[in-house]
Amino acid sequence: MPVPADKFFFIDANRCIGCQSCVQACSECDTHKGHSMIHLEYVNRRESPQTLPVVCMHCDSPTCAEVCPADAIKRTEDGVVQSARKPRCIACNNCVLACPFGVPKMETSMELMMKCDMCYDRTSVGKKPMCATVCPSGALHFGTMAEMEAMRPLSRPINQFQFGAQTIHTKVRMMVPKHSAITHLDVADGMFDSETADDGDAMLSAAVFELPIL
Amino acid sequence: MAQQPTNTLDIIEHFGPSLAYSSGTRLDRGVEPDAVVKTHCCFCGQQCGIQLKVKENEIIGFEPWTEFPFNKGMLCPKGVKRYLQGSHPDRLLSAQQRDPNAPGGFRAIGYDDAIRQTADAIARIQSVHGNDAMGMLSGASLTTEKTYLMGKFARVCLKTPYIDYNGRLCMVSAGAGNKKAFGIDRAANPWTDIVGSEVVWISGANVAECAPITTNYVWQAREQGAKIIVVDPRITPIARTCDLFLPVKPGRDIALFNGVLQLMIENDWLDHDFIEQHTVGFDALAQSVQAWTPARTAEVTGIAERSIRQAAEWWGTASTSFLMHARGIEHHSHGVQNVLGAINIVLASGRIGRKNCGYATITGQANGQGGREHGQKCDQLPGARDLVNPEHRAHVAKVWDVSPDDLPGPGVDAYELFRKIDRGEIRGLLSLCFNPLVSLPDSNFVRRMLDKLDFYVAIDFFLNDTARHADIVLPGSLQEEDEGTVTQIEGRVIKINQAVEPPGDAKQDWRIMQDIAAALGRTHGFTFESSREIFDELRHASRGGVADYYGITWEKIEQQYGVCWPCPSEDHPGTPRLFEPGTPNPIAGDAGPFYFPDGKARFNVAEYSAPKEDVDAEYPVILTTGRVVSQFLSGTQTRRIGPLVDQYPEPRVEIHPQLAAKLGVVEGDWTTVTSRRGEIVLKAQVVKTIRPDTVFVPYHWAGNKSINRLTIAAQDPISKIPEYKVCAVRLSKAAGPPTEN
Repeated sequence: MPVPADKFFFIDANRCIGCQSCVQACSECDTHKGHSMIHLEYVNRRESPQTLPVVCMHCDSPTCAEVCPADAIKRTEDGVVQSARKPRCIACNNCVLACPFGVPKMETSMELMMKCDMCYDRTSVGKKPMCATVCPSGALHFGTMAEMEAMRPLSRPINQFQFGAQTIHTKVRMMVPKHSAITHLDVADGMFDSETADDGDAMLSAAVFELPIL
Repeated sequence: MAQQPTNTLDIIEHFGPSLAYSSGTRLDRGVEPDAVVKTHCCFCGQQCGIQLKVKENEIIGFEPWTEFPFNKGMLCPKGVKRYLQGSHPDRLLSAQQRDPNAPGGFRAIGYDDAIRQTADAIARIQSVHGNDAMGMLSGASLTTEKTYLMGKFARVCLKTPYIDYNGRLCMVSAGAGNKKAFGIDRAANPWTDIVGSEVVWISGANVAECAPITTNYVWQAREQGAKIIVVDPRITPIARTCDLFLPVKPGRDIALFNGVLQLMIENDWLDHDFIEQHTVGFDALAQSVQAWTPARTAEVTGIAERSIRQAAEWWGTASTSFLMHARGIEHHSHGVQNVLGAINIVLASGRIGRKNCGYATITGQANGQGGREHGQKCDQLPGARDLVNPEHRAHVAKVWDVSPDDLPGPGVDAYELFRKIDRGEIRGLLSLCFNPLVSLPDSNFVRRMLDKLDFYVAIDFFLNDTARHADIVLPGSLQEEDEGTVTQIEGRVIKINQAVEPPGDAKQDWRIMQDIAAALGRTHGFTFESSREIFDELRHASRGGVADYYGITWEKIEQQYGVCWPCPSEDHPGTPRLFEPGTPNPIAGDAGPFYFPDGKARFNVAEYSAPKEDVDAEYPVILTTGRVVSQFLSGTQTRRIGPLVDQYPEPRVEIHPQLAAKLGVVEGDWTTVTSRRGEIVLKAQVVKTIRPDTVFVPYHWAGNKSINRLTIAAQDPISKIPEYKVCAVRLSKAAGPPTEN
């Protein structure tokens, strides 16, 4: 049974509280017990408690798979990009370096790239992924578009991202403010002239939503 | 003789804390559990529903319980990893006797022998020094059945007035304030009332880290248009996206509430009808806040005047609202005054006792609510009854089948109990579910007092930091090894279900207490065969009291996903929202809705006073303490769960870059923090999310990582809560890391 076509995985970074419930719960998932496929990043802890759960975006044309010399990364019919297949993965790290979102991690002890497979054991039997079930603040959610629209009237989901010349469409949706302008940031905007300069704040408060969004 | 038998490192080597990670069956894929038990988390007052997976008397994992209405499957990282406290290598599987020659300072002895020695020591102390020479410390992470039994054990078995509990460090300022203003001590509203309110005011509550699921309620309210006001010296995760952040100087909350009330009066943002019909004392209060002009309020609170005005306007002009607070305003030498200040602006707005018009304190511990209602508090009897009230004494004495004259009078608070040890008045101590060496302020004093005891018996499942001083340690039970009820954050009584049997010689705590009573030859009233029997007696003991549980049955709890008290009869569904017409009110009857004879709420003048220990030239920085999301209270459980320890391994001191620059400290530097009572060396975390005049250190650790060696034992004169949130310190760059313990 595939992941239901009307159910989507939503990331709402604006709601992340940095509690790592998702990170901890991921390692309880039956397909990869003891290993978490999620990492949680502080955007800039000195400036803000803003955090961001980094989970696989499940790209329509996954860069990780495209750069894999061993053809170890498969995308299922229902759009889930899977962990590298163990017999094929040569632990070359190409996927880790190439992923524009910085998702895959190399388990060097196992010589295997491991990443989120959207809790296939759960989503294929009608349950929500573990992380999106436990998240206490609604930063991760698994459900229908209509449900999300009703719950988040101030936001809208996007799934198209621009990295330089590369346009990426993803299965996972990211929530952004409904009325914000779509912006491309110049890295220089976020650079600090000195330790004491405060102009970094504008960059920071905008950082999460003003990722290179098309 | 309650000194630590050997050095700390030796004890740690044998009794932990050591770190548990998933292994064995817990890592196997596709294991079919023998049972999946619906129950609740063992940690905070939200009491999230969770299902524990059991295989061969071991908890091997969890499955979210999405049907439980409060959290709908949501959990914080503590709930996710809580199962790792079971089958832990540090678990006490037998009773222990202090023995400086044994490895780790303790040797295992038979359970019956330990009970006999405990009873003999208690009998000896009481025959020589009197009944009052025994003290008891209890806790609010216990089921209500156990807390009830602890209170009864002190008064009926030991006949000592000296029992108190760790809610003294948690809920007592809120409790006292609520009783003064409303005549009842409970969150006034269900959490669903948060969503749909126009303004949510959060004072002194690190909601995202200490009550994580509440975040979703607050942010859902914001999603639907609510304005969120957060008052805190730190930009906590809940503050990051609020609409108005008021960076209050620690210890100045009353000034803010009084200033806001003054602006409400000045602008006539008042509910005159409500004030007239349902309250008393407004005129005197109005008079008292006249001097709190915005300028003065700004000066005292350290908050920009325009922000104070904005907050007052949003609060004053809202038609619905929810105000919540937690330890941030309560852990003060004027904690009760802070709470009264908060309640005053709620009552003046008239927004209480209706849908989306709410007020609540956020309870800390699992049973922070139920644990403060049924008699383990030093001045209280079951049903939130008063130990000094003759009618209350008579009611409870009848249920207990003793003479009211035989019930001792009120005792003293948990900290005063240690001062009584200092004076030689208390010679023996029994503790359950309390780790005062980590959780009480000025803990070097607490350590010296433990050393002075003639006899100390601790009941716990791990050898907690305080129990290292015990003569006898009795192996108690984990939450999942017993059944019973707890009352969560909303006043909802819920059921903890047993998932596994206690291992080895470990016993359910209430059985241990009854075994001690039997060994003392004082069995009258301590022959319960099950927790359910205790609950049934508690129902009768609480009957007719303000906290009336009489109509609550375990069956009703299961059917309704919990029952909110008061619930006076079996056909009553319980009371999710207080102060509505028709809610059960044994004090006012139909005159209600508040719990005074005239049915009216009380405005109380909230006098501003500075913290007990203000900063000066020698100690120029404010130290404030609190929690992190991955640890819980004194860490007896969470410092033993590997993935939680890895998340935030040891305390750091949060310092604003401006202060760090003055000190010459950069991110990660070892930094010495010194108060008049002690010093600590911690790594610096340099962040712009804290006031530059304040530093923050979380308190979950023991020994040389324990910030409570620095905090002050100043207490609120009414609630006796310690002032954890303000003391004066100085900081300097340290030469290097601290020595081991």
